Amino acid sequence: MLSTIAMVLSAIVGLSLIYLLIRTIQGHPVERRIVFIYIGLAVVLPLLMNKTLPLPITKDVIKLYDQLEKLQPGSKVLCAFDYDPPSAPELQPMAVAFLKYAFKKDLKIIIMGLWPQGPQQAQQAIEEAMLDPIIAGKNLVQGEDWVNLGFQSGNEFVIQSMGTEFKRMFPKDNRHIAYGDIPLLQDVVNFSNVDFVINFSAGKPGTTEWVQFGVDRFGFDMVAGNTAVQAPMMYPYLRTGQLKGLLGGMTGAAEFEKILDEKGKASTFLLAQTFAHATVIIFIIIGNLAYFSSRKKKMAGTP
Amino acid sequence: METVSIWIAAILTLGIFSFLYKDNPLYKACEALFVGVSAAYWAIVFYFDNIYKKFYEGAVTAEEPDYFLWIGAILGLLFLTRLIPNIGWVSRWPMALIVGATAGLWMVGYFVSNAMNQIGNTISNIIVRDAATGFIAWGETFGTLVILVGVLSGLVYFFFSKEHKGVFGATAKVGTWFLMVTFGASFGYTVMSRMSLLIGRVDFLLGDWLHILR
Repeated sequence: MLSTIAMVLSAIVGLSLIYLLIRTIQGHPVERRIVFIYIGLAVVLPLLMNKTLPLPITKDVIKLYDQLEKLQPGSKVLCAFDYDPPSAPELQPMAVAFLKYAFKKDLKIIIMGLWPQGPQQAQQAIEEAMLDPIIAGKNLVQGEDWVNLGFQSGNEFVIQSMGTEFKRMFPKDNRHIAYGDIPLLQDVVNFSNVDFVINFSAGKPGTTEWVQFGVDRFGFDMVAGNTAVQAPMMYPYLRTGQLKGLLGGMTGAAEFEKILDEKGKASTFLLAQTFAHATVIIFIIIGNLAYFSSRKKKMAGTP
Repeated sequence: METVSIWIAAILTLGIFSFLYKDNPLYKACEALFVGVSAAYWAIVFYFDNIYKKFYEGAVTAEEPDYFLWIGAILGLLFLTRLIPNIGWVSRWPMALIVGATAGLWMVGYFVSNAMNQIGNTISNIIVRDAATGFIAWGETFGTLVILVGVLSGLVYFFFSKEHKGVFGATAKVGTWFLMVTFGASFGYTVMSRMSLLIGRVDFLLGDWLHILR
């Protein structure tokens, strides 16, 4: 019912945008608050529809998936959570989807963060992943199947130092258990003892630092999930193979959910994002029409 | 308790959104609260993670104390000499160490990752062959050519020792177009990211707060 109402309202909103376009051509500019209302509606109505879009999976996401598929059960994956709650709408769905995949595949997860709130985001993602009946049935144990080492300050210096010894940067995990007493970390000294690295990043320190101070110095394989703002800067690293795969923004998250066959939030959010983008594009057209029509009037009025 | 925190978060979200209509006391209150809470949060994080967890637990209470941390602590304390005008110059020593170490670390990292690897990839893989068949992969080869032209014309644009005229000027113009496309793509991604933030908040309001979304 709610979904049908939302669809009808979306159609009305679409028609009213055409009306605004005509009014703009007639010389009546749109007030900025009207733009805010339309953007708000473009986000709210698709969320109420609770529908997903057909989505082709891009090469970068397939590359990332292929890398994950190569990992054998029991492989140790270092998972760096370098983001905070504001970036969660884009990165949290990626993290949840990855953790579900990893736990189902019996990968061993070592969590850390160069952002203070990163490991807390990881904890939330783990709690969400644990709700999956298959994962819940595995009775995973913290310290044996996964460990959260928490946050360490020092940005790129932390990565540099981890190249020698993880323990030096993370003497205890987030439960204050000493590094040496954690079964999962018994034979993990540095990067050479982990099979793979994945980084969820919203800025600095993040994927750039991991590539420059981790991948290029210590030679491990890494993939990353980035916010859309940051993603364009990562494509050069992807092309050279410094990154083995990349998830960019909410689209990347939705593609990742699709390739893993996990129905997560990103797939639902994508429709809202598409509507919002369409609205922005329409208002860019309206804005340009307003500009050119006002310029034409000025030129016509000039003696 | 969770319900209370959700209500507080919802009211603060709406308070910040109210600025879209116009500046108002609720927005100002939310903004001030955000600044205050952020400052307190970071103060606690820096104290707990650096002074307590890293230094105190690492150098004082640890079974095998790391005495190098004392050097860092002393250098950190030297920063405070800025508060005493007569010996304020001492604070330049730790600053010099930070600048030197950071510059040294980044110089190598940047040069290898952002210069050598990128240049190498741009010039070495111009013609791409299909791994399975061995034939030229035209689509990917076209892509590498576009990158090569973009890099060269972009570099020409930033070469200001010669006047941008003739063939040189035309190449610089091509570089300008590449830069504009890059900025456009980057801006598009930024809009996408900001929309995601809005979607996240709306999802919170409709889902966690109002329970409209399943």
